[in-house]
Formats: sequence, C-alpha cells, structure tokens
Amino acid sequence: MVEERFDAIVVGAGPSGNAAAYTMAKEGLKVLQLERGEYPGSKNVQGAILYADALEKLIPGFREDAPLERHIIEQRMWMLDDTSYTGVHYRSEDFNEERPNRYTIIRAQFDKWFSQKVREAGATVICETTVKELIRNTQGKVIGVLTDRDEGAVMADVVVLAEGVNGLVGQRAGLRDELKPDTVALAVKEMHFLPRETIEARFNLKGDEGAVIEAMGTVTSGMTGTAFLYTNQESISVGIGCLVSDFKESGEAPYALLEKFKAHPAIRPLLAGSEVKEYAAHLIPEGGYNAIPSLFGEGWVIVGDAGQFVNAAHREGSNLAMTTGRIAGETIVRLNRTRQEFSATNLALYKKRLEETFVLKDLKKYRKLPGFLHGNKKALFGLYPQLVSKAAQTWFRVDGTDKRSKEKEIMAAFRKSRGLGGLLGDAYRLARAWR
Amino acid sequence: MHIVVCIKQVPDSAQIRVHPVTNTIMRQGVPTIINPYDLFALEEALRLRDRLGGEVTVLTMGPPMAEDSLRKALTFGADRAVLLTDRFFAGSDTLATSYALSSAIKKIGETWGPVGIVFAGKQTIDGDTAQVGPGIATRMGFNQLTYVAAICDVDTEKGIVEVERRAEGGVQVLQTKLPVLITMLEGSNEMRRGSLTSALRAANAEITTWNAEAAGVPDVQSCGLRGSPTVVKRVFAPTPRAERAEEIGKPGMSFEELADAAMDEIFARHPTVEADLREFAAGQQEEWR
Amino acid sequence: MTDAPQKKPQPAGGRAGMRKELPEHFKAYRHVWVFIEYEHGAIHPVSLELLGEGRKLADKLGVELAGLLVGGDREELLAAAGECWEHGADLTYLIADPILEHYRNQPYTKALTDLVNTFKPEILLLGATTLGRDLAGSVATTLATGLTADCTELAIDDERSLAATRPTFGGSLLCTIHTLNFRPQMATVRPRVMAMPQREAGRTGRVVEHPLDMREEDIVTKVLRFIADRDSNEVQLAYADIVVAGGLGLRSAENFQLVKDLARVLGAEYGGSRPLVQKGWITSDRQIGQTGKTIRPKLYIAAGISGAIQHRVGVEGADMILAINTDPNAPILDFAHLAIVADALEVLPALTRAFSRRLSVNRLAG
Ligand SMILES: Cc1cc2nc3c(=O)[nH]c(=O)nc-3n(C[C@H](O)[C@H](O)[C@H](O)COP(=O)(O)OP(=O)(O)OC[C@H]3O[C@@H](n4cnc5c(N)ncnc54)[C@H](O)[C@@H]3O)c2cc1C
Ligand SMILES: Cc1cc2nc3c(=O)[nH]c(=O)nc-3n(C[C@H](O)[C@H](O)[C@H](O)COP(=O)(O)OP(=O)(O)OC[C@H]3O[C@@H](n4cnc5c(N)ncnc54)[C@H](O)[C@@H]3O)c2cc1C
Ligand SMILES: Nc1ncnc2c1ncn2[C@@H]1O[C@H](COP(=O)(O)O)[C@@H](O)[C@H]1O
Repeated sequence: MVEERFDAIVVGAGPSGNAAAYTMAKEGLKVLQLERGEYPGSKNVQGAILYADALEKLIPGFREDAPLERHIIEQRMWMLDDTSYTGVHYRSEDFNEERPNRYTIIRAQFDKWFSQKVREAGATVICETTVKELIRNTQGKVIGVLTDRDEGAVMADVVVLAEGVNGLVGQRAGLRDELKPDTVALAVKEMHFLPRETIEARFNLKGDEGAVIEAMGTVTSGMTGTAFLYTNQESISVGIGCLVSDFKESGEAPYALLEKFKAHPAIRPLLAGSEVKEYAAHLIPEGGYNAIPSLFGEGWVIVGDAGQFVNAAHREGSNLAMTTGRIAGETIVRLNRTRQEFSATNLALYKKRLEETFVLKDLKKYRKLPGFLHGNKKALFGLYPQLVSKAAQTWFRVDGTDKRSKEKEIMAAFRKSRGLGGLLGDAYRLARAWR
Repeated sequence: MHIVVCIKQVPDSAQIRVHPVTNTIMRQGVPTIINPYDLFALEEALRLRDRLGGEVTVLTMGPPMAEDSLRKALTFGADRAVLLTDRFFAGSDTLATSYALSSAIKKIGETWGPVGIVFAGKQTIDGDTAQVGPGIATRMGFNQLTYVAAICDVDTEKGIVEVERRAEGGVQVLQTKLPVLITMLEGSNEMRRGSLTSALRAANAEITTWNAEAAGVPDVQSCGLRGSPTVVKRVFAPTPRAERAEEIGKPGMSFEELADAAMDEIFARHPTVEADLREFAAGQQEEWR
Repeated sequence: MTDAPQKKPQPAGGRAGMRKELPEHFKAYRHVWVFIEYEHGAIHPVSLELLGEGRKLADKLGVELAGLLVGGDREELLAAAGECWEHGADLTYLIADPILEHYRNQPYTKALTDLVNTFKPEILLLGATTLGRDLAGSVATTLATGLTADCTELAIDDERSLAATRPTFGGSLLCTIHTLNFRPQMATVRPRVMAMPQREAGRTGRVVEHPLDMREEDIVTKVLRFIADRDSNEVQLAYADIVVAGGLGLRSAENFQLVKDLARVLGAEYGGSRPLVQKGWITSDRQIGQTGKTIRPKLYIAAGISGAIQHRVGVEGADMILAINTDPNAPILDFAHLAIVADALEVLPALTRAFSRRLSVNRLAG
C-alpha cells in the first residue's frame, strides 16, 4: 500500500474526470487521478465536438492554448437514402464570433491538454494504471482504490468514478448495473487525413472555420443510429453508431456500415484521396434519463458517461461530462471545507445541484426519445429517408408533369407506405418525445 | 555505482504521416514514446543498480515536452532525471548530440558522483544511426561496448566488466575496465512496470532541467546546427514504381493452375532463376545417389 | 493572377553550414576510401559492394579508390588486397599488427584515424554492420567530421560533394545529406543495398603499408572468447538468390510451415515481416525490412505481407517480386512485379507442388 493519503481519488482522465480533478485541485485539495491509458486521451483517439460553454465555466481562458481544430460555422443535417440526401444546412457568419460556441477537437490532443491543466492545478496524475476495485471499510464506506500496480492500494476520503461508459469498477462494486444492449450505442470512427487546403476547398471554409455533417437514413439499414463527419484542421473524422441491441439483431458489422457510409455518393468525394488512420470503436450511453444509475453513496460519486450523462438527440456528451465532473468537484470541495463527512446524505447535494442545471433538465425532457427512436426504427431509418428522397426527386425533376399531379404522387407514396394514421402518429410521438 | 542512461523521446514512427504535397512530416497527433531500444538499456541499468546498489540517472536532450519520457523512466524506477534543453541544441546531428550529451554526463558526474557506466540504446527509430552511443564513448574517453546482449559480470572493486557482445557471425565475450559506455541489444531483457509508489514519486518528482550553460557545455558553437558537420539538403518521398504488379491468373482458375501460371511467368521473365533451380534440383538428385 | 513579382527560391535556411566553404587544410583531402571488413579469414561482402560503389564515385571525381585493410596477419591481408583490386580498388592501405587480430574498437579506431590523418581521403565508406557501426561512430567523432548512416544511395553533386541519401522517419521519407565543410565525408551502407561489382580477375594495384604504433598494454578491452553462431542466417538470408517470406496474412505460427516448405523445394532462404518476430513465429535474424535484413535476391516471394514502407525498403532491390495477397489493393502490389490475388494458405502449397513437379520431371528426364 502507498503511504500517502489523498483528499480525493478520481478514476479516469476523460472530460468528466479532468473536470472533477481540476475543480478540486484548484481549490487546494490533494487529488490523485488514475488513468489506465498510456496518456489521457490515448483511449479516445478521434475527433469530436467541443461545446465551449461547459469548459468556459472551468477554464475561462481555454481558447488561448487549448488544441482546438476548427470552430463550426456550418451544420448539415442529412437524411440519406442509397443514392441521395435531403438536407438542411445552416451556415452563418455569426458563428465567426470572438468566442465561438462549438469547436471540432481531436480528443487525444484535447484530453492531453486538459490533463496538463489538471496537473498545473496541482493534482497528481498517474497513467497506465488501472483501478481494479474500490476498497471499503467494515461499514461499507469507500475509502480508497486498488490498482494493478505493485503496492497498488491507495486511500482517500472520497472516490470520483469518471471511468466512462463501460467502467467496470462501479459495476463490480454493485454501484450501477451492467450496460443493457438497448441503452448503449456502438460507434466506429476513422480519421481521414487530407491537406488543409483540400479540406477548405471541399467544404468551402477559410481559416479555422469548420463544418459538420450529421446524417441518418438507410445507411444504418433500419437500425437506430446516426453517422457523422467533422472537419478538423488536417483531417476529417467520420463515424457511425447504432444501438448494440440492433447490431445484435441485424448481424451487421459496424465497420461494414462505416464502409457503406463512406461509399455513399454524397460522402465519398469529400474523403477522396485521404490517408486513413486510427480506426476505433467506442460505446455511447444512450439510455437517457431513465438509465441514470444512483449517482452517489458512502464515499463515492459517479460522473460523466459512467452516469449515462449523454444527450443522444443532440450528440452532447463531453459537456455533460465536464459539467457533472465540475459539480461533483465543487460539492466535494464544499464538504471538505466545512469538514463534513463524505456520506451519502451529504453527497446528495451533488444530485440536487445537477437538477438545477441543463444536464438533468435536458435529459428529463428527452426521456421518451430513446424509446421512440427504438420503437420506430424501421420507419425512421429506412422508410422515411427513402420517401423523403423520392418526394424531393419527384418535385425537382422537370419532366412535363404538372405540379399538382406531383404533389398528389408524393402524398400517395407516403400514404401507401405508412398510412395516414401512421404518419400522423409518428409525427405526434416525435413531437412528444422532443417536447 | 552511478549509472547514466541516455534516452530519447521519438515520434511513434508507425503513426507518422507525410504531407502528400509538401513532403513534410505531419506531426500533429503523432504520439511520442521513449525510443523502444532505450528501454532495454534502462532496464539493464535498473537491474545492475538493484544488484550492486547505487543510482540511475536518466538523461535526455530534447524539447521541454521530452520531460514526459523522463517521468516515465522515473516510474520504471530510475532515481533521477535530467532534461537537457536549449535552443542551441536544435538541429543537432549525431556529432553535436554526442557533444552535448557527453558534456552533460560530465556535469552529472560532478554533481552526483562519478559515473561508472553510461547506457544508450542500440539505435533510435527516428534518427536510426546507432552513432550517438559510440560518439559519447569517444568524447568521454570511455571504453565502448556496443550491441551488448548480456552483462555477465561487473566487479566494482576491480573496476572490471565482462559482457557478451553481438559481433558479425558470433558472440564476443569481452572484458574491459570501467568506466564504459554500453549500448544494449533489443530483446536482452523486459521492462518492468514500476510500483504505484514509484509512479507517485515520478509524478511529482523535480526534473533537473539544464540549458547549455547549466550543463557546463564548454562551446555552444559545437552544439545544434552550428556544431553539425552534416547538412540535410533535400527531403523527399520515395518514388513509386512506374507500374503495378501484373496479376496472374484468370477468374475460375484452380490453385494448381494458378501456381503453374505463376511459375511459367517467373521462368519467362527471369531465365536465370529457372537455370539456378534446375541446377539446384540436379544437385539434390546427386546427393540422392 | 496577381502581378506580384515571383519570389526567388531561397536556399533552405541560409545557415552557415549550408554553404560550402571548405577550410584550406581540407582542400588537400583527395580520393575515395572503403574500409574493408576482414574477419575470420574473409572479406565481408558488404565491403566489396562498397568498392563497386566507391569505384563509381572515384571515377566521377577523377580520383583513386583505395581499400583499407587492417588485421593481424600480413600474408592474409596481402591476399585480401588482391581481392580488393579485382573488385575495383586502385590501391590498398594496409596495417598488419597482432593487436588487430580480433576486432576491438580502440585499436581499430586508432588505425583508421591515423590513416585518415596521414593520407587524407575525401570520402570514407564503411559497411553498416555491427562492426562498421561500432567503428564509424568513434572514427567520425575522433575526426570531428560528419557521418551519414545507412545510406541507400551515394552520388557526387556538381560541387564535388558527396550526396548521401538515406531513409528517415521509419522509411516514410528519404533525405539527402551532405558534409560540406569537413573531411572526410563519411557514410555507412547496409549489406545488400549496393550491387556486387563484377570481379575483374587479374586486375592489380598498389599496397601502402602503415604501422599501428600501439602496444597491447595500451588496450583495455580484451576478447576473452568468440562463440561462432551455429546457424548463421546473418549472412545467408541477405545473400540468398531466392527468398520466400510470410506475413501476418498467414494467420498462425503453424501456417508458417508452408513458407518453409516452399523454401526447401526452391533451395531458398525464408524470412518474414516484423510482426512475426514480435509474435515469436520466427527469430529476429529472419526479419526482412528496414529494421531487419535488406535482401537482393533474384526472386522474392512474399505471402500475406501487406508491403508497409518499412518492409518495402528491405526488398526493393530484388530482381523480381511475387506477391501473394488476398487484397488486390494491398500496398505490396504497388512494387511487386507479379501478384497472385488469392489465399496464401492455398497458393503456397500449390506452388510447392508445382515447383517440385516441374523440377523432378526434369530429374527423371536427366
Ligand atoms: C463516436 C463518438 C462520438 C462522440 N462525439 C461527441 C461529440 O462530438 N461531442 C460530445 O460532447 N460528446 C461526444 N461523444 C461523447 C463523449 O465522448 C463522452 O460523453 C465523454 O467522453 C464522456 O467523458 P467521460 O470522462 O465520462 O468518459 P471517457 O471520456 O470515456 O473517459 C473515461 C476514462 O477513464 C479511463 N478508465 C476507465 N476505467 C478505468 C479504470 N478502471 N482505471 C483507470 N482508468 C479507467 C478510460 O481509459 C478513459 O480515459 C462521442 C462519443 C462517441 C463514442
Ligand atoms: C520503426 C519501425 C520499423 C519497422 N521495421 C520493419 C521491418 O524491418 N520489417 C517489416 O516487415 N516491418 C517493419 N515494420 C512494421 C511495418 O510497419 C508493418 O507493420 C509490417 O511490415 C506489417 O506486416 P505484415 O505485412 O506481415 O502484416 P499486415 O500489415 O497485417 O498485412 C497482412 C497482409 O496479409 C494479407 N492477407 C490476409 N490474409 C491473407 C491470406 N489468407 N492470404 C494472403 N494474404 C492475406 C492482408 O491483405 C495484408 O495485406 C516497422 C515498423 C516500424 C514502426
Ligand atoms: N537527444 C538524445 N538524448 C538522449 N539520448 C540520445 C539522444 N539521441 C540519441 N541518444 C542515445 O543514443 C542512442 C543511439 O541514437 P542514434 O545514434 O540516433 O541511433 C539512443 O538509443 C539513445 O540512447
């Protein structure tokens, strides 16, 4: 056992763990952070979107030195069938603001930078060290962790579990359930390297401007899922993810879906000539509000993906992770300052504060969405994209048919495939789920 | 005994990309690692220390971020780390590198006690020259033992080392006097993991950082670009071969037919291969008789 | 288009070292030298390859080519000198002294630096063997001159300076390196990178002998024993006429036997890609590529090898490369001459059968 004792141990150095460790260390707590990867971010090698607000609340001046790739000025939402896409593009010069709201980042670099800030704040960060289990005292209170190194036990007043979606420590300790296949998505991603100029020409960007594409449709072969494409400075991140239960059911291979997405006529030219590196797969918790486990107990709290804090509808994760990490950190700082125990009763403050933030408010709002998407996947990820594409094509093809007949043809196609009741029902349920 | 291990932080060359237009290395996102060959040197040093007592100092010359690899070395169990960093060192070739490193090793000896062994890796995976080790030995006047596969004996009393050294066509068993410079062969040992205690110590350890002056480098003109007799004049990508391989066989061919077609093609294109093979087969036949 | 004046291309950097200002005392340095690695009664083939390359450089410069022979037995060295001449050397410098019987860094470094300081060559080439690399570093440091290691191409530029090209960053790029203001210009080259020159029987040259001027007592390192390799692939693989190799596409250590089977029928050497060494399927002396052996066979058969750049640089000198790969887009097809796009586990045995059939048919006929 290690002789040194800590005020808090943080398990994991992703956005949630870093936010927690940073918050506590900055306030003078003696913090030990343990990460199993070779370095923070090594397990998270690809591109992602960073929402500035959550980070700003922690490190207001992060824009000065954080490794940001591009700030997003254009968002494309595409519905794909096999040969076409129908889409909404939103591009605005307003996004070229002084303090942009969203950036693309490469997690490996971003996490490394964040971790450096954590160190500078005074925390002790140790990598290549896996926490195997929690150590409890005779009353069952968590008092430390056991790692996979020699002399591997280390003690602290409180343990923050920031171990990500598939974290086994919490599961093994019975603090949360095993993941259920229908509440977690499997995403595969790749990085495609291209010269800066090529990316800027293909997406009509200049300087550090960036564009993102979110797509759904027949690429997922009727499974609940979405695909994405983010522009970085000298690379493009592409990926696709579907519910694990759907993969199981369909027998489709995730990488085959990604190949299909990349081969789509609307995507292929964007990636042409690129050099591919870093193929990786990762889980995303998508169970939403109803899947959130208990978040605190005797001597422990859970933050980030480990607590299922992901808003699947908006693809937000790291901001929820940072926010939950920060608030857990602040709660612990307060208890430490006032010399209160890290009991479940006192740590309940963490959840109470979360309820006042967008984190739990948003998740509550969308709590019906996962069920809706899952229940209507055949229509949403197969039929509708095809119908919409067909409608658009009928509408735009000038072939001597009068417009009224075209309208009729479109409506007939929809009605035939789904029935009016079905269509209205879908619309109603979607609206409810979104509300 | 006081042992110094020279390690270098290198880009993980498996992940390096070349810009297709400018032919420059795209370093963005390429992780850095301790030169893999240096780990064999470090582990050997740690084993000697564990056996004989003394201290292991790790030394690297590189940019400030090379500190990461020194911390890692401390996690493995090294006692002390020195980072040599200065803009004067930028652009060093092997001669200038060995100059700076040997100055620092002298200073390390003066500061923390005389150095008995300097370890270096066999070679680096970026520079890949295998020349810095011998360069350090020459500059310091140390006896030089390269490609060492095993250290058989170290007698600190008599100041003698005996090693097995990989040579052309066999293994030399060599004996020489301390102080020595040793470069270790790969595969000679396996790096330990380091306990949580040493990991904790490493995380908070003070890393001694020296610029040229602090390291007592006598002449900065002999460092970096200025001190490097070699000059890189051109960097370029390998030229692709003009044509791609010709594919043998037609759809539906059996493997036997494919093999026969391949053999015919080989013999047609390179008659000497056929002649050689027939000669070889005839020879085998002779042996049979 | 703008009408801004075109910027003149700047010489890269404009640093002191980039310009050639050869100091006066180096101007007398002339001729091309090759260190001849002579051990256990034989010249290492790499030294003869370097004589072939050195000949071209010397001709371009209009100077002489010399071989440096150091060793314990004068008679043996004189015989070896003849071999140097027949491979293109005009003269040999020779230091014979019992101290030099076995290679040791200290006396060999002294022998070479003394020769250089006395006879002043402009270029000095060594083989990038374990011996050559051990020696080159200390010689270059002692002489305080530039050394370019593991070159793949040597040339003379318009300013009479040696342009030494070598792979860098794991072979992803090549760079050309010059030693502008120091002499000699030193380079090492790995075995098999340069072609073996034609032997010209009866070609002769001069011998210049030189003393070592060192006593055994001055040398602290002693060779206690030499244990020769029982199975020395060290040289055989690099110099084989036919090489059959396997990669990860073979899927298991057991399947590697298929490579060995084909090699046996062809009288070939076998080898593999680096991951196989890391997995322990083959020993490290069988690794082919940048960090393994460079080979230059007449025929190279690569089964289940993707053809990464680090592998490619080790095999490009082959006369003919046959790739067996299931992936028609594998990079190896970009530099192989022939390809069979099919499962190596099927193709290898079929080739083994085909060759033994063809070759034994002949046996019956003969
Ligand atoms: C394909 C994909 C795309 C995404 N895109 C976005 C996006 O664009 N924007 C966004 O905001 N979010 C996105 N997310 C979600 C986001 O990545 C997560 O919500 C966020 O990373 C969660 O942070 P975390 O700190 O909770 O967990 P993680 O980032 O998973 O970090 C957990 C860390 O703990 C370590 N660890 C685990 N177990 C142990 C142990 N036993 N001992 C020691 N260390 C351990 C892990 O190695 C890891 O480093 C995406 C997710 C995926 C999979
Ligand atoms: C510093 C450094 C130095 C290196 N030095 C070397 C070196 O000296 N030598 C070296 O080889 N590598 C070296 N490498 C590694 C190199 O980068 C590659 O990783 C390695 O060459 C790949 O080995 P491979 O072709 O066997 O495996 P893979 O790249 O995995 O390729 C396997 C191939 O087999 C094919 N295949 C699969 N199944 C079958 C089948 N049934 N039949 C036929 N084909 C099949 C696949 O299509 C694929 O092309 C080095 C790397 C680094 C970073
Ligand atoms: N910048 C450096 N800092 C410390 N050690 C180095 C450095 N460069 C080279 N070395 C050592 O010298 C060995 C051989 O390097 P090289 O000659 O570049 O192949 C390496 O394995 C290291 O041990």
